[in-house]
Amino acid sequence: MRVGNDSRRAKGPTTVAVPAATAADGSAKTRPSATRRTPGSWLRRHLREWRVALRKDWRLYTLVILPLAYFAVFRYVPMLGNVVAVRRYRPGGSIFGDEFVGLYYIRQVIGDAGFWNAFQNTIVLGALTLVIVFPLPIILALSLNEVRSRLFKRFAQTVSYLPHFMSIVVVAAMVMQLVSIRGTVNQALGLFDVGPISFMQEPDWFRTIYISSEVWQTVGWGTILYLAALTTVDSQLYEAARVDGASRWRQTWHVTLPGIRPVMIVLLILNIGNFMAVGFEKVLLLYNPLLYPTADVISTYLYRIGLEIGNYSYAAAIGLFEAAIGIILIVSANFISRRLVGESLW
Amino acid sequence: MLGTSAPASRADDSPGYRVFRWINTVFLVLVCAATLYPFVNVIAQAFSAEEYITRGQVNLVPRGFNLTTFSAVFSDDRFWINYRNTVVYTVVATAIAITLTTMLAYAISKKHLKGRGFIIAVALGTMVFNGGIIPNYLLVEGLGMRNTIWAIVIPNAISAFNLLIMKSFFENFPAELEEAAQIDGLTTYGVLLRVVLPLSRAVIATMVLFYAVFFWNQWFPALLYFDDADQYPVTMYLRNLMAAALVNEDLGTDSAQISSNIQAVAMLLTMLPILCVYPFVQRYFVSGVMLGAVKQ
Repeated sequence: MRVGNDSRRAKGPTTVAVPAATAADGSAKTRPSATRRTPGSWLRRHLREWRVALRKDWRLYTLVILPLAYFAVFRYVPMLGNVVAVRRYRPGGSIFGDEFVGLYYIRQVIGDAGFWNAFQNTIVLGALTLVIVFPLPIILALSLNEVRSRLFKRFAQTVSYLPHFMSIVVVAAMVMQLVSIRGTVNQALGLFDVGPISFMQEPDWFRTIYISSEVWQTVGWGTILYLAALTTVDSQLYEAARVDGASRWRQTWHVTLPGIRPVMIVLLILNIGNFMAVGFEKVLLLYNPLLYPTADVISTYLYRIGLEIGNYSYAAAIGLFEAAIGIILIVSANFISRRLVGESLW
Repeated sequence: MLGTSAPASRADDSPGYRVFRWINTVFLVLVCAATLYPFVNVIAQAFSAEEYITRGQVNLVPRGFNLTTFSAVFSDDRFWINYRNTVVYTVVATAIAITLTTMLAYAISKKHLKGRGFIIAVALGTMVFNGGIIPNYLLVEGLGMRNTIWAIVIPNAISAFNLLIMKSFFENFPAELEEAAQIDGLTTYGVLLRVVLPLSRAVIATMVLFYAVFFWNQWFPALLYFDDADQYPVTMYLRNLMAAALVNEDLGTDSAQISSNIQAVAMLLTMLPILCVYPFVQRYFVSGVMLGAVKQ
């Protein structure tokens, strides 16, 4: 995470020049000096620089080859593979599809009621996740930060990280047992003469169940980056604040929170980027046809269309829709954040 | 754990802050209890007799203690086959992932490397963008990896997040050590294998844990790419138990509860290795992530 530097650079009024900031890392040095501009000499210079670098660092470059090949094949080819959404795929044919069909599948998506139901559920679940699940790790991290007993702090951390390491299958199975007719939740409700409720058959309950399990599984682990950030807050700031008579609460408000703001922003933007991809695997494990009205999200709908029915091109079109919204969300979140608070991912 | 932003000394505590600290402690105890409850519940069910679970009487402690469900699960050949598959997949996948991640992370930690910015951008791009389910599926199928171990161990070989942690760790590695080794005649490979890696145990332990847990827990690629249940990992075994239990609950039969007993045993056995190593490697990953996440 290299938020700090970038944000400072991007703070000025020149913010709009986006691409320049991205390339800043290493490639800037290779640009030709202003005096020699003829294309031939630029190319020659470039090649010479590369020859020198390759001769000097060839061993380092050999380390890079395999991992880069991996990224190219297993990450970037699938990105290109999305063209299958505008090309008809035939089993056994090219993974990029066989014949161009234009917007045929995209139009089909737009007229598909099942898709819009999934779309709506995705938005609701994504928004709930963002509003409820995102702030909780911050609160928990601040709370852990106030603990003086090292032993207790360590214990609390160890315990709260644990669910993160459990398989989503185990988590889903736990959820199902807890909310089953004879499960703990219904027993507790029984004490108040409520229920029993068959949670896994009532669409109204799905969102509550999903969000609760998400909180249980992710909040503890979510604190780890905040706790790391908290250790970097300058302790002199706290002393200065104390000298000025700030209470512990005011110190948190004026020193701690601003201190971890860059981490908060980065995680917020990343979360917004994942907005559309809400817990695909968890939903797939937890839902059943009775729950489709609230539980079916775009990715599970896409899974059924593509991999259960086998309509790959149509499913890819749905995926493209999902990805497009995700990209729009993350780019605008990044832009707004850079404008308003001067921090951004790129 | 690294240092924390030190709170004021006890003498400075205002009465309000003292009250807050009590509430805070109670809050954290409740958080821990809520986090642990589902685990305790699973363990209790795994050791309980069926009739107590059917009546909904098993919460924190086993009732009618017995091990018959364990022997039921253990005598299922499929369980052993799937469990062994998980072990094999995890070991192979983790070895590949660690090798590739270390190679790339070490190379891009060298700030003078030409083209470094581009390589980093290629890696980070995968953090935000991905191809989506369908193109990935078509790729794996197109490469003929269906029904082979490669479908499980290759497509997720490098995680950008882990790569970042390792890269920052290597960046903070004392350059003098590497230079001294180079003067003594070691090549880049020698420096990496004989100097850097032996001194990077914390971060490597962290990465092994992260990858191993990830691959141990995986189930979806198996659902997608395997046709034969004998190739499934144990997570798929558990998932199929769940699916069966759901059907039973719909029918309102008692067998739903019986299978919840078997499910509890399968869950316990699925998470057992993680529960066992977790306390020991925990301190490594906390320091590993902190080193990686916080620059300077």
